[in-house]
Amino acid sequence: MTAAFPLTLSGVQVRRQGKTVLGPVDLTLNTTGTTIIVGPNGSGKTTLLRVMHGIERFNGGQVAWERDDPAKHGFVFQTPVMMRRTVAENLAYPLKLMKTPKDQIVMAVDHWLARIGLEASRGGQATRLSGGERQKLAIARALIRKPDVLFLDEPCANLDGHATREIEVLLHEVASAGTRLVMATHDMGQARRLANDVVFLLDGKIHEFGSAATVFATPSTPELAAFLRGDIVS
Amino acid sequence: MIEFLDGLAAAFWLVVNLDEELWEISLRSLRVTLSALLIASAIAIPLGTYLAVQRFRYRRFVISMINALMGLPPVVVGLVVYIMLSRSGPFGVLNLLFTPTAMIIAQVIIITPVIASIAHQSMRELWAEYHDLLISLNTSKRQRILTLIYDGRRNLLTAALAGFGRAIGEVGAIMIVGGNIDHVTRVLTTAIALETGKGDFALALGLGFILIGIAILVNLAIHTLSRTEREGRW
Amino acid sequence: MIRALCITIAVLYAPIATADVMRMAVTTSFENSGLADVLLPAIKADLDLDVQLLVVGTGQALRLGEAGDVDAILVHSKAAEEAFVAAGHGTYRREIMYNDFVIIGPKADGAGIGAATNAADALGRIAAAEAAFVSRGDDSGTHNAELAIWTTAGIDTAALGPWYQSVGAGMGAALNTAAGLDVYVFSDRASWLNFGNKDGLAVLYQGDPALFNQYAYLPVNPAKNSHVRNDLAVQLEGWLTSPKAATLIDDFQIGGEKLFTFNASAN
Repeated sequence: MTAAFPLTLSGVQVRRQGKTVLGPVDLTLNTTGTTIIVGPNGSGKTTLLRVMHGIERFNGGQVAWERDDPAKHGFVFQTPVMMRRTVAENLAYPLKLMKTPKDQIVMAVDHWLARIGLEASRGGQATRLSGGERQKLAIARALIRKPDVLFLDEPCANLDGHATREIEVLLHEVASAGTRLVMATHDMGQARRLANDVVFLLDGKIHEFGSAATVFATPSTPELAAFLRGDIVS
Repeated sequence: MIEFLDGLAAAFWLVVNLDEELWEISLRSLRVTLSALLIASAIAIPLGTYLAVQRFRYRRFVISMINALMGLPPVVVGLVVYIMLSRSGPFGVLNLLFTPTAMIIAQVIIITPVIASIAHQSMRELWAEYHDLLISLNTSKRQRILTLIYDGRRNLLTAALAGFGRAIGEVGAIMIVGGNIDHVTRVLTTAIALETGKGDFALALGLGFILIGIAILVNLAIHTLSRTEREGRW
Repeated sequence: MIRALCITIAVLYAPIATADVMRMAVTTSFENSGLADVLLPAIKADLDLDVQLLVVGTGQALRLGEAGDVDAILVHSKAAEEAFVAAGHGTYRREIMYNDFVIIGPKADGAGIGAATNAADALGRIAAAEAAFVSRGDDSGTHNAELAIWTTAGIDTAALGPWYQSVGAGMGAALNTAAGLDVYVFSDRASWLNFGNKDGLAVLYQGDPALFNQYAYLPVNPAKNSHVRNDLAVQLEGWLTSPKAATLIDDFQIGGEKLFTFNASAN
């Protein structure tokens, strides 16, 4: 299940055009639970997620998994990528890449379509779905290969309240079933609702890292306190 | 103006009488052009797609070259191919000169850059759309190329039809390498040139109208068969 | 979709066949006469030989012979032919038939060449009147014949004014241009008779022996290129110089007018 963890980042840095966008970062994520990464816009949340997932090049430092299998990661982007295919085909795509037998694909697709409530749209073009539906599809697609960890980059940033609630419910189910979630968000309410651990990023550096209970109740840095209050922090 | 009406009349009577010679040269036109189209697409589409997904040192140069080659004068291509295939030339032993095969070779050289350039353009846009997702799913280069080609097939079809249009109306190259031999390498365009040279404008125009008619039919047929206007699988 | 593709492929590719053939380069003026349409079926019937004709200008015909891309050539440019044989590209030249050249122009004949005493005089009158004139300008047999007459008239075409227009094209195209501009042009009779776009032009001067247009047959030298079918070329030559060919050629007419005169001698 999550034998890939713990994940250790040591001294990881990402530089772009001379500027240090992230780092140096030292972080160890443990085996279970949901880790939420919070921080103002531009603090490096997306970069940190992408580095952990392995799709961002970093200059300096190390990313060490206990046991890394890239196929065992799922990633959900802020703006979901809908392939120019039907809803069902979008879901099936990651399994087709793995050359999964056809009957298993059908079962998995049926299962997830039901779970995210998109059975009626299964034959329609995915590009025609609403924002919330797209994101649910993206999440299901990311989960269809039963990954050890699901990375999510502000999945609800562009969604309305109704869609957000549906997705949080889905994520809650998924987390309870044992999938490790690592999610970036700047919705503090969402963070409080979902987090087991919290990482507070500011200017590309980790200012705080701890259990949700601790961090929210008693922030140890003035910046985080200000951020929790809702002030603009930079 | 009289000539236009004469030309339309000539075209009409040729078609209505199922003129044997017309049938023969029309079929030959289609045979040569469609063969060239198939071969050129088989080269150009993977090439254009590969150039969209693979970064390498001289990529921009290669793309510029392909775009520039679109402007290659067909008659020059014809001359070069003639010199190559001439009995006193390097490939004379193949005995291909003044055969439809030589015409196909010349047309492949002419239309491959056209198809590759248009294909590359669409594939580049599609790759920009799919980039994050395909990298995140850990796809191989081969899987990426195949996915892009499949999902982008409508645009690739347009690219191919552009190549078809270029080829069906081409006359300079195939005149030189084919020789416009009656019953062997005479096609619609070379017949038009011949009749024009003889001063029989009405017949030349008539053949021209028929050529346009065939081009329209082919385009319509392809679009209907692939149901591009309705959503469908295509 | 797939099924439609298969059917299309079957229809398109069915008639492909291979044949043992002979290729001959002939000039556009020969093709324009329409004589080939009479001779080729007879050749096929008598010799079971498929003669593929490449209709090109004299210059290109000689070039194709030189390269060995054709097995024989039929052209009408004696000097160029003799040079071709001398250079070893052709085995020999065999005269087959002749027709004549004519000078064509607007019916009004502004330069008055209808009253000329000979061909050189006719061209001389055109030069004197600086009447617009279209020349083939493509180093063809017809073009060279035209140049020879200018030379006889003592006129250097390179020094002529813009009224002398060198179009660098075949006979049909040159006639088209002349008809379009309503000007003088030098043509072979056969092309003229078959030309479908005469407009306001007519034959204004003819008959001078200097306008004699000899067609000769030259087999390409097999020693130069082993792929050349000299055997077939010799076979065809035998037929072209036979009494049967003589009859077909002499009887050939366009609109009641005889075009060619057979003059091959026994070899």
